[in-house]
Amino acid sequence: MSNYKMHILVCGGTGCRASQSHEIVEVFKAELKAHNLENDAQVVTTGCFGFCEKGPIVKIIPDNTFYTQVTPSDCTEIVLEHILKGRKVNRLLYEDPKTQSHVEDSKHMDFYKKQLRIALRNCGFIDPENIHEYIARDGYAALGKVLSEMTASSAIDEIKKSGLRGRGGGGFPTGLKWEIASKFKSDQKYVVCNADEGDPGAFMDRSILEGDPHSVIEAMAICGYCIGATKGLVYIRAEYPLAITRLKIAIEQARNFGLLGNDIMGSGFSFDIELRYGAGAFVCGEETALIHSMEGKRGEPTVKPPYPAEKGYLGKPTNVNNVETFASIPVIILKGSEWFASIGTERSKGTKVFALAGKINNVGLIEVPMGITLREIIYEIGGGIKDGKKFKAVQTGGPSGGCLTEKHLDTPIDYDNLTAAGSMMGSGGMIVMDEDDCMVSVAKFYLDFSVEESCGKCSPCRIGNKRLHEMLEKITSGKGTVEDLDYLQNLSKVIKDTALCGLGQTSPNPVLSTLEHFYEEYLIHVKERRCPAGRCKELRLYSINPDLCTGCTACTKACPVGAIEGEKRQPHIIHEEKCIRCGACYAKCKFTAINVQ
Amino acid sequence: MNKIKSLDDLRRIKQDLAGGMNIREKSNSPESLVQIRVAMATCGIASGARNVMNTLIEKIEKDKIPAIVTQGGCMGYCYAEPTVEVKKPGEDPVVFSFVNEKVAIDILEKYVLKGELIDGILPVNYRTIEQK
Ligand SMILES: Cc1cc2nc3c(=O)[nH]c(=O)nc-3n(C[C@H](O)[C@H](O)[C@H](O)COP(=O)(O)O)c2cc1C
Repeated sequence: MSNYKMHILVCGGTGCRASQSHEIVEVFKAELKAHNLENDAQVVTTGCFGFCEKGPIVKIIPDNTFYTQVTPSDCTEIVLEHILKGRKVNRLLYEDPKTQSHVEDSKHMDFYKKQLRIALRNCGFIDPENIHEYIARDGYAALGKVLSEMTASSAIDEIKKSGLRGRGGGGFPTGLKWEIASKFKSDQKYVVCNADEGDPGAFMDRSILEGDPHSVIEAMAICGYCIGATKGLVYIRAEYPLAITRLKIAIEQARNFGLLGNDIMGSGFSFDIELRYGAGAFVCGEETALIHSMEGKRGEPTVKPPYPAEKGYLGKPTNVNNVETFASIPVIILKGSEWFASIGTERSKGTKVFALAGKINNVGLIEVPMGITLREIIYEIGGGIKDGKKFKAVQTGGPSGGCLTEKHLDTPIDYDNLTAAGSMMGSGGMIVMDEDDCMVSVAKFYLDFSVEESCGKCSPCRIGNKRLHEMLEKITSGKGTVEDLDYLQNLSKVIKDTALCGLGQTSPNPVLSTLEHFYEEYLIHVKERRCPAGRCKELRLYSINPDLCTGCTACTKACPVGAIEGEKRQPHIIHEEKCIRCGACYAKCKFTAINVQ
Repeated sequence: MNKIKSLDDLRRIKQDLAGGMNIREKSNSPESLVQIRVAMATCGIASGARNVMNTLIEKIEKDKIPAIVTQGGCMGYCYAEPTVEVKKPGEDPVVFSFVNEKVAIDILEKYVLKGELIDGILPVNYRTIEQK
């Protein structure tokens, strides 16, 4: 048995790898060897710690020391000081933005205090490429328990009682979905894991697959047993190479251990998993489009019913679940539905993983109990808004969702409350906006995405979204009218009601929710031709501060349309009606005399 | 690799593998464990702290004592090294001086497990692990 006194955990997620974390692992190993410490400390590459803002992350066990932004050249010092002499390397410790003091260990970091890790339980804790570590943490024990001690229906009951709902966006009760799939009779059924994750800014599923692929494999096998399927497929986008590699390694290891394949753990149940690659189209995350894509057809959705549970992959009953949904399953089986149902709110149980991004201090991956408030997420876990700016809104649910505002800061976050507030849980993207963000532009950004990603099969989505986008373009360039706002509203509703699939049915949401919560801001755009946040380039107002202007004439020369006038060494002025808002004068002025509004 | 043929098989393998993960599992909830810190500065190492640490870790693993061993820097008791600080959950820390392998075993068997005090306790006049 190993007798390592310390473990050096190095984040091997995509983010930290991009900043050389794999090199850090090598340097640590070499340094330990050079100092005869290779039997004292073990170097482990793990999945994501979530604190991507400050990667690469290195965590020292057992004292939970949390080093941030480590470079390969820092490793010698960590080995010589910390591993050898027990002295922490202070300059690499996380600095609390509020107190500006170093935090000794991760247990004392605000980022982690309010988190509860269920789906991410092994991320940043085990080596995802080592099945031993997964098994040591009760891995495959849930599968073993289901296979040898439970019937399919009692396992489904357990999932039903846990209250788990789909984490891919829809929030459909998982146990019920399994039950429906189990009832259809067929010679072959399929379990599909949806790892398409097309939501811009989201990386929850990628992180789970990179950090704990076995949990998804185990859960898929459990699902197979419950619904009577022997084949599993993971639909994963090809632009997730690290997740794909780790999944492949994990599947291979599981096969070698007899945890996938024929007669698993002597139960007579057989199950195996294959990968299918997606080309990265958002619509292919929609389950019917996903199935078509896997069949080699165009990634276009079809009308439901029939649901995949009845007619899915190759026309056979198919159960589609999201990565995070699967990752929660083994723990529910082991710890029981009651335990899981004790976490969260009345109708949303357990935890949700969010990818926290935007104007927030602690960008990263978090897992929180349902029912937590936005305020806790933003100001405690997230460490508040960047640069001390004012919070304006947060977009949840990505291009299908909407924004939540200051008045929602204390609303407990769950499926129903988010829907009631005009947004949605979505898959877990959470983008924070501050006073400098223009909400019309935000809506336009998401529409841009939906127009780009629309498959074009149905006209409401193909043409309607394009029209919405044009209208938003008109407003942000100062040509909109008040009537346009009504038009936006009406068209949005028509698209929602008539589009074929979830993409079109939800794509107007960002427009509707910004119209609802920031109508005033739209009005200022169309009535005063002004962008309060100063984001819309064509609505910017440039003026010269006469107290600061020295009359150097640099701006006059820079202006391409001759909109600036003035005597040498006298304050100049900008003629608003001629100005094309290009900003050339602003860039040239050495005296910060040009104001932008 | 031998295939896992039953749930019992899996449980056995888990038992064998769990040891390697023990230190990580424990670090997940240090506040509920006895926290033992060995002073491992130059003075400590010179007087044998590394052996003391190894002894502690081996004994804890073997007897499954709910304790976690970390190393600390110099505590300022260079004359009394090796020193070991022991903090039980909810109690004030106690520092033992001139610890050798035998004393290390005594610390675990007598102080940690039975709550008996042993010779060599230093008066405490510095911040504890928790307050840091
Ligand atoms: C346009 C669109 C994109 C979607 N993208 C994803 C996705 O990337 N990942 C995902 O799990 N579900 C996605 N879904 C939801 C899936 O259709 C399906 O509901 C989900 O995979 C079911 O799993 P769950 O019940 O575990 O959430 C998307 C839906 C729509 C309409």
